Amino acid sequence: MSDAAAISPESKPHLPRGMHLKHDETRGEWLLMAPERVLKLNAVAVEILKRCDGKATLGEIVDQLAAAFAADRERIETDVRALLAELAAKRMVDL
Amino acid sequence: MNAPQKVSEAVAAPVGILAELTHRCPLACPYCSNPVELDAREGELDTETWKRVFSEAAAVGVLHAHLSGGEPASRRDLVDIVKHCHDVGLYTNLITSGVGISEARMRELADAGLDHVQLSIQDAEAQSADRIGGYKGGFARKMDVAKWVNEVGIPLTVNAVIHRANIARAGRMVEFAVELGARRVEIAHTQYYAWAYLNRKALMPSREQVEKAVAEVEAMRKTYAGKIVIDHVAPDYYARYPKACMGGWAKRTLNVTPHGKALPCHAAETIPGLEFWNVREHSISDIWFNAPAFNAFRGDDWMLEPCRSCPRKHQDYGGCRCQAMALTGDPRNADPICHLSPHHDKVAAIAATFEEVDANVPATDYVYRTLKTQAPVA
Repeated sequence: MSDAAAISPESKPHLPRGMHLKHDETRGEWLLMAPERVLKLNAVAVEILKRCDGKATLGEIVDQLAAAFAADRERIETDVRALLAELAAKRMVDL
Repeated sequence: MNAPQKVSEAVAAPVGILAELTHRCPLACPYCSNPVELDAREGELDTETWKRVFSEAAAVGVLHAHLSGGEPASRRDLVDIVKHCHDVGLYTNLITSGVGISEARMRELADAGLDHVQLSIQDAEAQSADRIGGYKGGFARKMDVAKWVNEVGIPLTVNAVIHRANIARAGRMVEFAVELGARRVEIAHTQYYAWAYLNRKALMPSREQVEKAVAEVEAMRKTYAGKIVIDHVAPDYYARYPKACMGGWAKRTLNVTPHGKALPCHAAETIPGLEFWNVREHSISDIWFNAPAFNAFRGDDWMLEPCRSCPRKHQDYGGCRCQAMALTGDPRNADPICHLSPHHDKVAAIAATFEEVDANVPATDYVYRTLKTQAPVA
C-alpha cells in the first residue's frame, strides 16, 4: 500500500483510532499525534488530513482541494497521493 | 554538580512525560529498567496528585503521557487517570505487561479515551516467556489482552527486550507481533543498567548471536513494509559514535517515579550529586525549567573534551550521561561508546565480555526483580 500511484481513486482514507490532528497551542503549530511519534504538519498536509474522514474518496478530496485553493488538480493529486502513501507505510493512515 | 550554570539555549517545552504510576508488578523480568531499589506501595502518589501532575504537564506543552510502571494496571485508579489525561488533551499511552487487564477493564480504558497500548512480550514461546518473566500464565494472558486491544480498536505496539534466552527468536518476535495484530513492534536489545546490570552474565548474548539477530530483524523491514513498523534498538557496544540519549538531557521528556521524584531519565539517579525535585513540592513547569538535575547537562557548557570542540556535539550531545558515569566515573565525560573518548577501552572491555559468552549454556541464573527482598549487590 506504500506505492503512491497504486492508491485507488475510490479509496476512503482516514486516520485510525490513535491518530489525531492537533493544533498545539504551546508551539503554535499543527501536529499529527501518533503512537510514540509526533509529526509536524505543513499547511498542505493539514488541509489534506482534515478531509480524510473515511467518507470522502481520494478523488473527492482532490476535487475539494482543487476548488478550495483554485489550484491545478493534477498537482494536488500528486501531493495527496504522496502524503497518503508515506503515512500508510507508517501505518498512520488507513486507505 | 549543581552549581548554578548558564543554559545557553532557550529551554524548549517537554514533549513527553513517563509516569511510573507504581513499581508493583506481577512479573519479575530480570532486565527491568526500574531501579534496583524499588518504590514501595506506601508513599505512592495518590490519584489527585497524579491528576494535578498531568494537568500541569499538559499546560507546559507535554503531548504524550506514557503510563508505565512497574505494572500500571496494578493501580486501581488506572481508568480514572487515563480519563483525566484524555480530558486535559494528552495523547495517552499505556505501557503494560497485560497482567491485571481484564476484557471489561480494557473496554473501560478505551471508553476513557486511551489512545495506544504498548504490550510487552518476553518471548514468542509460552514456556520460555513465562520463565523469563517469572510469572506462570503471563504469556497466555498477553494473547488475550492483544485480542481485546484489537477488538476495541486501539492501536497496538508489541515490545520485546532481547537477551540470551530469546535472541534466537528475535526475528520470530516480529512475525509474532504481526500475528497479534500490532501496527508497531519494538525490538530492543537489553541495555545493561539497573536489574539488567545485576543479571548481565545471564543475559548477555554472544557477539555472533547479536549480529545474526540484528541482521534478521533488519531484513524484516522489507518483508513487512506497510504492515508493521519496526523500531529496532541495536546494542551500541560496536558503534563509533554514541546515541543522542533521550534526544538530549532534559530536552524532550521527563520521568516521574511512583513516589513523585522527577528525573530527566529513568537512570538519572545513578549519577551522584544531582538534586532532584519532587512533584509534591514543585509544579511540572518549575521542575522542567528550574530543577537543578534538569539543568545540570543542558546546553553545552558542562561538556569536557573531546565533546566541547566536537562538530557533532549538538547531534549526539555527547551520548549518555549515565553510561559516562558508570564507565568513566564522571558524567561530564564523553559517552565512552564514542571512539574519540579516551575511555573507549572500557567499552572494548565490555564488548570482550560478549566474546566470553558461551551461548550453549542456558541463561537461567537470574536475580528476579522483586519489591520485597533486597537484591544482592553485583
